[in-house]
Amino acid sequence: MDLEYGPEYQDFTQEVQSFCKKYEGLSFTDGSNNPLGSSGGSGGPKMSRSEWQKILIENGYFARSVPKEYGGYGGEADILRSRIIAAEFSKSKTPGAMGGQGIDMLVPTLLEMGTEEQKQAYIKPTLHGEMIWCQGYSEPNAGSDLASLQTKGELVGDEWVINGQKIWTSTAQYSQMCFCLVRTEPDAPKHAGISYLLIPMDTPGIEIRPLVDMTLKAGFNEVFFTDVKIPVGNIVGKRGEGWAVANATLGHERGSLAPPDATMNRVNMLMHLMKEETLDGKPLIEHPIYRDRLMQIQGKVLAQQSHALRLLSAKLNPGADVKIGKMIQKLTGTELRHELEGLAIDVMGEIGTLYEDSPHLKNDGTWQFIYMYFLGLIIGGGTSQIQKNIIAERGLGMPKEPKVEGA
Amino acid sequence: MYFGLSEEQSFFQDNVRKYLEEHATIDNIKHIASGDEKNLSAEINQGLHNLGINGLLIPEEFGGLGLDLLFAAVVSEVLGGSVGPTPFIAPYVMAPTAIKHAGSKTQQENYLSKIATNEYRFGVGFSEFIGKRNDAGISFSDNTLNGRAMFVLDANDATHLLLADEKGQIFVIDTKSANIEIVQLTTVDKTRQYAEVICKNLEAELLENSSDSVEPIIQAIDAGRIMLAADSLGASQTMIDKAVDYAKERKQFGRAIGSFQAVKHMCAEMAADLEPCYALVWHAAHCHDHSPDEARLMACHTKAHVSEMSKGIAKKATEVHGGMGFTDLLGLHYWFKRIGLNRQILGSPELVREEAYKTQV
Repeated sequence: MDLEYGPEYQDFTQEVQSFCKKYEGLSFTDGSNNPLGSSGGSGGPKMSRSEWQKILIENGYFARSVPKEYGGYGGEADILRSRIIAAEFSKSKTPGAMGGQGIDMLVPTLLEMGTEEQKQAYIKPTLHGEMIWCQGYSEPNAGSDLASLQTKGELVGDEWVINGQKIWTSTAQYSQMCFCLVRTEPDAPKHAGISYLLIPMDTPGIEIRPLVDMTLKAGFNEVFFTDVKIPVGNIVGKRGEGWAVANATLGHERGSLAPPDATMNRVNMLMHLMKEETLDGKPLIEHPIYRDRLMQIQGKVLAQQSHALRLLSAKLNPGADVKIGKMIQKLTGTELRHELEGLAIDVMGEIGTLYEDSPHLKNDGTWQFIYMYFLGLIIGGGTSQIQKNIIAERGLGMPKEPKVEGA
Repeated sequence: MYFGLSEEQSFFQDNVRKYLEEHATIDNIKHIASGDEKNLSAEINQGLHNLGINGLLIPEEFGGLGLDLLFAAVVSEVLGGSVGPTPFIAPYVMAPTAIKHAGSKTQQENYLSKIATNEYRFGVGFSEFIGKRNDAGISFSDNTLNGRAMFVLDANDATHLLLADEKGQIFVIDTKSANIEIVQLTTVDKTRQYAEVICKNLEAELLENSSDSVEPIIQAIDAGRIMLAADSLGASQTMIDKAVDYAKERKQFGRAIGSFQAVKHMCAEMAADLEPCYALVWHAAHCHDHSPDEARLMACHTKAHVSEMSKGIAKKATEVHGGMGFTDLLGLHYWFKRIGLNRQILGSPELVREEAYKTQV
């Protein structure tokens, strides 16, 4: 056990701290029209998000390991530096880099499997926040069984002609581009008939309809494709290899959906709330039933924080067996966060049900919002039940269900 | 930065594991539990002594190995994994920790060096400091103890006992004294021994530095709790392994029951519940020696959380085995009961979580 990062990282921490100090109170001139980052603070320098993104890259605080020729910093990947950057930015409330599916999923895919032309065309504007992407994977009839997707792509002359429908497409309304899984080989077995296509969202024949979720925010869209024509070269990998191309990016997913440090911040927020709010004249924290439930959750989050350190260590010191440890992250992280947000609602009782702009709302209504939002995350990106199949079959080596004919 | 076991810790753990796999077989456990093989337990105890488990935490100046609590945690884990029927937590973890912190230099010399050679084996009874049940409790005056201590760990073949009063004062008692009565308690877990100790004007020696500070007893209890968590961790892992193996072999409706999602998901849930417990136990053990500010909170939460996860695993793993899981023949119940006992000893989850809260006020 050695939980210290070492002296060179202490220097780096100071460097990041003074960077954050320099940009204290930074706000964005295009604050409200970009969904992929925070809106910034006030009283500090003003600039566009894209300018900020470039400053972060120049300093090696973002896109660190992406080669310079494609618009990155051109350095070595450094997990500890990334953690320090994330921690110091979070502490000082400095806006981080824009994220989103283009940066998180498409860029790593192109770096690994794209043609030189595609890398030149797409990576730089994506990193600079000038090209936003959406992901066209799920369909109404292809959810957990994603590989059964039916959106059709036919090669006519030197163009792909695309017909079909995608769903759960977040940020489609802001996106310039879509990376999309399309069935191009209808006679091949289901996993072998899919291609990975890059579709400009201003192509005629694309219709976007917002999909309002239970939080009452339109976080998603449905996207309809009717005779949408794109050039034959807008394909990553070969025809029929789309499933493998899409799966290559799964390894690039940025940590888990519910990092335990963020969950612990919410535990601390809840403890603070329970000291302020009273029931029958006594702070909530002095009611043993509520206090014990808070302590139960604190113990669970501590376990996940320790577990995250173990996984971090395994990245730095290859050879440690953390196969199952990695597989459980999505399941345990999203379920625990949902449970925690639900506990906050329980301890507030009737007040916990207040929403939107109601009088007496606590913490801007975030407890209800995140409680519901995380139910979405429990379902999305592979449901908890799918996660359990993966843990059991790939982690514990348990037998698969017998195949149903024709499926 | 490295979070995990060192090569030495893994090596030590492997040695103990191999020894236990050979000697603490399920057949031997059954003999020990039924009481028809008195010598087996002593043999296993001697074998582990030869591997060095008694001197782990004792400073080198007193003939021990002077290692940290993480070494003890990895031993406790494999003892739980094999429901090892041998005293460990009281004589080799809690007693050395208590004496190190509460003993004067002379007391340390007297006792620690003899624990290292296995000449002295301590039982430990601190239950009344954690939570006094009914009329239990001891009081100290004129160098004598009166009263009852309940659930004294590993008292059976102990040469000495450490008992504590409600204030956290710790006393050394010789089990050969005349005014002592040791009553065996029968718990569900037949792989370990618990006793009630009744003292009537019993001569006792106060560990000097425990007279005005609860710090020593808290150190010993924290260490004991982390050991119980590690024991449950190992026991739970064994139960999961057995359940998964069984689900792969057992066939019903023409296929392995492990191919049914109802069964598969129970196994996945057990694995997902237990996996973070490894990191939690290691982290708590590390903090105990190297990060005093976090140590208390970590020890409390580790005991409570691992107890909760293990309880669920003990139930689910038994259910995966169906009717066989319920039989004595299979012997799965030894792990179920070990987990059940660990949960209550040195503070049940609710009590320990309350302590966790108090460290934050």
